Amino acid sequence: MTDFGSMLFVFVLATFIGLGVIRRVSRLLYTPLMSLTNAISAIAVVGSIVVAGADHPLAIRILGAVALFASMTNIVSGFMITDRMLKMFKKQ
Amino acid sequence: MHLIGELSAVLATALFIFALYWMNDPKTARRGVIAGIVGMTVAVVATWIQPEIIHHGWIIGAIVLGFAVGVPLSRVPLTAVPQRTALSHAFGGLAAGLVGMAEFFLWKGGSSSVAMTPFRMSALGAEVILGFLTFTGSLMAAGKLQEVKWIPQRPVTYPGQNFVNIGVLLVAVGLGVAVVLNPGAPWAGQAFIAIAALALIFGVLLIIPIGGADMPTVISILNAYAGLSAVAMGFVLDSKLLVTAGALDGSSGLILSIIMCRAMNRSFTNVLFGAFGKAQPALAAGEQKEWKQETVEGAAQLLEQARTVVIIPGYGMAVAQAQLKVRELYDALTKRGVTVKFAIHPVAGRMPGHMNVLLAEANIPYSALVEMDEINPEMPQTDVALVLGANDVVNPAARYNKSTPIYGMPIIDADKAKTVLAVKRSKKPGFAGIDNELYVGDNTWMLFGDAKAVLSDLVKQFGSGGIH
Repeated sequence: MTDFGSMLFVFVLATFIGLGVIRRVSRLLYTPLMSLTNAISAIAVVGSIVVAGADHPLAIRILGAVALFASMTNIVSGFMITDRMLKMFKKQ
Repeated sequence: MHLIGELSAVLATALFIFALYWMNDPKTARRGVIAGIVGMTVAVVATWIQPEIIHHGWIIGAIVLGFAVGVPLSRVPLTAVPQRTALSHAFGGLAAGLVGMAEFFLWKGGSSSVAMTPFRMSALGAEVILGFLTFTGSLMAAGKLQEVKWIPQRPVTYPGQNFVNIGVLLVAVGLGVAVVLNPGAPWAGQAFIAIAALALIFGVLLIIPIGGADMPTVISILNAYAGLSAVAMGFVLDSKLLVTAGALDGSSGLILSIIMCRAMNRSFTNVLFGAFGKAQPALAAGEQKEWKQETVEGAAQLLEQARTVVIIPGYGMAVAQAQLKVRELYDALTKRGVTVKFAIHPVAGRMPGHMNVLLAEANIPYSALVEMDEINPEMPQTDVALVLGANDVVNPAARYNKSTPIYGMPIIDADKAKTVLAVKRSKKPGFAGIDNELYVGDNTWMLFGDAKAVLSDLVKQFGSGGIH
């Protein structure tokens, strides 16, 4: 299918952007970086919303709701703890 | 409606890239969090307002529960951040695995909106395998970090372990290939469940042979897996946003894994096959040298008379909750005109960058935190190296002793300082079970005791006017 190619294309380009951007991240901030990327990759939440919220059989929606809960936990705790840690980095 | 979805996906992608870009400097980093939150909100709202979403109660309920669990998880003590990170990799993997299962059975039941091409079916298999192995693997890692009783801390190994592990993975992948080739077969549903089960088992098997000292590397690898499972989900759902965000996460995990591998002197393949962490205590060397013990008064005098002091912190400092005392010592010394720096080994602490966060919490300015590569050339001119809870990362044996498991690991050259003061809780060897030659070096003086207690005593020496 045509989207096969375009999706791989997006993946390769995004990986290069990711490698380029992450390489520049301050070495002081690797721990907050990891919690930030955790939160960002919880964008899987959009997949879970569709599975949990559309008119699917009950069992499917339960799977979706659990996935949505898991993603939402990552989003909330990921962004909050990243900010909490970043607040601590003060320059004298 | 479709237009809104596409545009919001582009906006969210751009915001996510900016979020990571702003992490290049602590001054701009908090902006990154805001960019991330805005991007995430845009993506969630754009998905939620689609007309096919009708069960709003389910979504609200799951989101509320997510907040209920997520907020307390973001308030854990900073020593527990590695566990929290591992747990969030587990949640990320679980979400990917469950959505993958749901998509498969939706398609099987004939109610899926996406056409199941062989490419998508392969991506679905990859999503479920990566998602579920990340789930159980990260749970195991979190359990080891939390020191949960029924999960062994020490590496568990048995003969043929790699065979078993790779065998389980190969069976799962083989079943995946069979499903891709015969998606309509009557056994495809059962095969798919078997794939999920094997992936869950593989995650556990992957982590049990790994010891605590390797956790920074393991967390980074699981991070990469969690990202890749999101990418696979993006392939299945035909979502470029998911593919991009997953790829950003995956490349971050990849880079951190490589940095951690280098810092431990392990090859990447070695790590991928889980054949590491088998730390065997080295045989005792021929002659046993004696410790030389120093008093707190003597140590205070040494520090006071120094022009440059390099503090080398390890996780032991955090376990003893000594960060605030470290800050007091830092203040006392800088007030007297002593230059104080902190030497940070890349694997100091239990996850990448952990030590920097622990010291930042104690209000130590980040300009005083220096990476190993930058501090090592300065060590010969350093008057006093103060080793605080660090052990293997300052062991000179890593340079030449091929029989130790840490051979070849880059270390902080504490032994090259004019004087070494080492604070140590007891006379037992460190985490990797190796004797540390630094402690019996000619220019080394030991201060035995709990790091917090020793540091308070040191600070008191400066405060009480005992030294002028």
